Amino acid sequence: MTSLLIIVIVALLGIAVWQLTKIFDLTQSTNTNRDACESEIATDKDNNINGYLMYGFLAFIYIFTIYSVAKWGYMPFLTDSASEHGKDVDNLMWISLIIIFIVQFITQFLLHHFAFVNRGHKDKKAVFFADNDKLEFIWTIIPVIVLSVLILYGLYAWNNIMNYDEDEEVMYVEVYAKQFGWDFRYAGDDNTLGHSNVRFIEGINTVGVDMSDKNAQDDRMAKELHLPVGKKVVLKIRSQDVLHSAYFPHFRAQMNCVPGMVTQFAMVPTVTTAEMRERESIVDRVNKINKTRMERSAELVAKGEEGLGAYTFDYVLLCNKICGRSHYNMQAKVVVETEEEFKKWYNALPTLGQQVAEEKAANQPVEETPVISTPTENVEELEVVVDPTAVAAQIAN
Amino acid sequence: MSALGHELTHDHDHGHDHHHKETFITKYIFSMDHKMIAKQFLITGIIMGIVGIGMSLLFRMQIAWPEESFKVFSWLLGDDFAPGGVMRNDIYLALVTIHGTIMVFFVLTAGLSGTFSNLLIPLQIGARDMASGFMNMLSFWIFFIACVIMMSSLFVESGPASAGWTIYPPLSAVEEAIPGSGTGMTLWLISMALFIAQSLMGSLNYIVTVINLRTKGMTMTRMPLTVWALFVTAIIGLVSFPVLLSAALLLIFDRSFGTSFFLSDIYIAGEVLHYQGGSPVLFEHLFWFLGHPEVYIVILPAMGITSEVLSANARKPIFGYRAMITSILAIAFLSTIVWGHHMFVSGMNPFLGSVFTFTTLLIAIPSAVKAFNYITTIWKGNLQMNPSMLFSIGFVSTFITGGLTGIILGDSTLDINVHDTYFVVAHFHLVMGISALYGMFAGIYHWFPKMYGRMMNKNLGYIHFWVTAVCAYGVFFPMHFIGLAGLPRRYYTNSAFPMFDDMVDVNILITVFALVGSAFQLVFLWNFFYSIFYGKKATQNPWKATTLEWTTPVEHIHGNWPGAIPEVHRWPYDYSKPGYEEDYVPQTVPLREGEKDGGGH
Repeated sequence: MTSLLIIVIVALLGIAVWQLTKIFDLTQSTNTNRDACESEIATDKDNNINGYLMYGFLAFIYIFTIYSVAKWGYMPFLTDSASEHGKDVDNLMWISLIIIFIVQFITQFLLHHFAFVNRGHKDKKAVFFADNDKLEFIWTIIPVIVLSVLILYGLYAWNNIMNYDEDEEVMYVEVYAKQFGWDFRYAGDDNTLGHSNVRFIEGINTVGVDMSDKNAQDDRMAKELHLPVGKKVVLKIRSQDVLHSAYFPHFRAQMNCVPGMVTQFAMVPTVTTAEMRERESIVDRVNKINKTRMERSAELVAKGEEGLGAYTFDYVLLCNKICGRSHYNMQAKVVVETEEEFKKWYNALPTLGQQVAEEKAANQPVEETPVISTPTENVEELEVVVDPTAVAAQIAN
Repeated sequence: MSALGHELTHDHDHGHDHHHKETFITKYIFSMDHKMIAKQFLITGIIMGIVGIGMSLLFRMQIAWPEESFKVFSWLLGDDFAPGGVMRNDIYLALVTIHGTIMVFFVLTAGLSGTFSNLLIPLQIGARDMASGFMNMLSFWIFFIACVIMMSSLFVESGPASAGWTIYPPLSAVEEAIPGSGTGMTLWLISMALFIAQSLMGSLNYIVTVINLRTKGMTMTRMPLTVWALFVTAIIGLVSFPVLLSAALLLIFDRSFGTSFFLSDIYIAGEVLHYQGGSPVLFEHLFWFLGHPEVYIVILPAMGITSEVLSANARKPIFGYRAMITSILAIAFLSTIVWGHHMFVSGMNPFLGSVFTFTTLLIAIPSAVKAFNYITTIWKGNLQMNPSMLFSIGFVSTFITGGLTGIILGDSTLDINVHDTYFVVAHFHLVMGISALYGMFAGIYHWFPKMYGRMMNKNLGYIHFWVTAVCAYGVFFPMHFIGLAGLPRRYYTNSAFPMFDDMVDVNILITVFALVGSAFQLVFLWNFFYSIFYGKKATQNPWKATTLEWTTPVEHIHGNWPGAIPEVHRWPYDYSKPGYEEDYVPQTVPLREGEKDGGGH
């Protein structure tokens, strides 16, 4: 009903505007030939009005920009990054934004100012100024210099992010994406992820680990990504079905999850969840969010539905590449904690070897027919189909 | 060269004699006259634009008021796609997909490039018609069939293609991944294959015509910048569209013939699919090898139109004609080596990321030069504020705003956190959805008298421009903020993540601006269609412009000029030239004793 009303109002508004224009048109000068082509060509009066409107529009651009920054300027991720490389990303972003805001301010001013000052009238004559190589050179070389600086800084930062020292001590964690959720696999005490391929998916082995690989036994599965603060983690990223993207905005990290390939992203988390929750900007943000949530919750409760809980800050992993119907709800919690807290959480996780063995034991009584074969037979069968060297090569760490 | 052109045009004369009897079919339907074909492209483009905008309003309503029931969803989408008036989550993705496809290809490529290349190239270079009228006619009708097939995909039970306009596999290849990847996707691929075919036919025609059919005196450096832009656009299209066709063909093979070009190791719907060895990243490379030049195919004609309209309405030569040509060529060349900036986080080798950052920031330079040249063109001009002029000034304004954020997106390091967020959506809508669209509007207002022999209502034009300008900024400027705040694109609803709860108001504001802005496009539609039949009759050269198209009679004739084709003696920008009483000197006026051609005086 509301939408119908809105449409009707907008349509009536449109008709009203058209009628007003027609009336305005008719009230214009009556001594010119109403049918003449000239009546649809801009007159000095039109030039004047639109000239002033150009200035008005410049004011609009400036005011809207200032309003937007004032109202929503707290939202963008420009400070409080949670990773080591995040500092570089934020610095570069600040520099780039400042440069483009300055250019925007100046060029929009010149454009709209010239449009106003040079609004035409009968007695005016334009200046025949067709080219000037010196000017062209100036406004070619200045962008070249500015952009070179941005390029160099950008490439330096990019190299630091993408290339990590092989000798560095890192922790490997697999981030596994599927329609529509995330799984995490820790590499275990040997810090080596077992080989994997979707062809090994079975039962509790939801990410397709090759259990015959000796490195796989101590791998641990989790539904939340916990990371110890200050330690470099290399996320090995896989997908089960379609393209997804592992997006960790607080860490300034993103990498696509590609089925058939293992992609990776290395980073050092620098702020624990607990610490981040104390930061002023986060506290403000959480309060703003909770205000909206409480309002919406009240509305829901009034309708007889369940209310919404309060929001506490948590790092989050989102899917950021269109992947199907529930693309908008593919999330996982990310926790950064101290080494001790991490160890405590980690040690409580069962190893994959244990889980698979338990599952096998639980299934044993039911498993009498040759239709359901034992895991070892399964693996041999699959090896006929899958070239292990090719699979291993794909998962080379 | 020009003598050859002269002979060829004589050859065409026999087909355009006054005894040529026309039926309704040969005049309006299967016309081989470039002017009629241009209008066919324009009207089809406008109708597709209405569909595209309609879709955007539907999904913007869903975003602003998530999972609410709307009568209009029931009416337009039906009970399968919107049960109980609530939009289904995969149908949201279908709308987003078809919106993008229609707008980029059917409206901004065919509707902009197709219309103005057809209309202006022969007229502005002094040719009787395109090199091949028959192939030209074919290109329109194949485009029309492509439109029909794309629209038919909306009525398929499993839904239209839903993998985004970028249709990355495996989502677009595997029907189990999303329903729209079944029949809907097949129809999408057929439609696009036809679209690409017609685009190539058009490109060939435009290139051959510009090279071969220029009239006497029309050297390459006396061509209006519009023709330069359309000519170079055609070359880019010729080079890049076939690659999309190859990507589409390989995708058809993967979908229907069991190949694994783009697919490998997929477990879906409880089973492992047979595909092995392929890579989705390969598809991304092939797609973006077209995809990036495509956006320059969209913007260059708009730039060419803006050069023409700014200079004619400022009564001043376009500033830096040679630099403008060089910039067009630089943009064209560079556009073929920047595609990887769409793939920084695709998993491709990070070294490529460095290469593409470098080339992408390079392409900012010729674009900047053009923007500065436009600003200098209006400096010390005598600006006639016709609606076309307003849209051209708006073009420069929004091209700068949108282009500047490209500098952030082109930097691989910065792209990490904004890739696939609303920041990208803001950027490309400002440059394509606003800037290029303004170029199209400027062209329509400016050449309407040439197309239909009548004038559009200028007051309606003013209202159209000013309301659109405000609403366009209102829709897309706030998106920068929510994008930088991490809000991903193509999300059916933003309510699944509490961290986005404070963005609800922003999204509602954007949707309201979109609804109002779209409603005011009705002002343009009324003006356009009404003026075709009842607009004030136009004179031959209402804008007092110098270019050749204004020397043809108001009533269209095949072969454009009643007698011989005029000869050209000067460049097209002699506006307010010292020594002449009138503030414009048409290209056909011979140079005086001792007068220099071009910008010197």
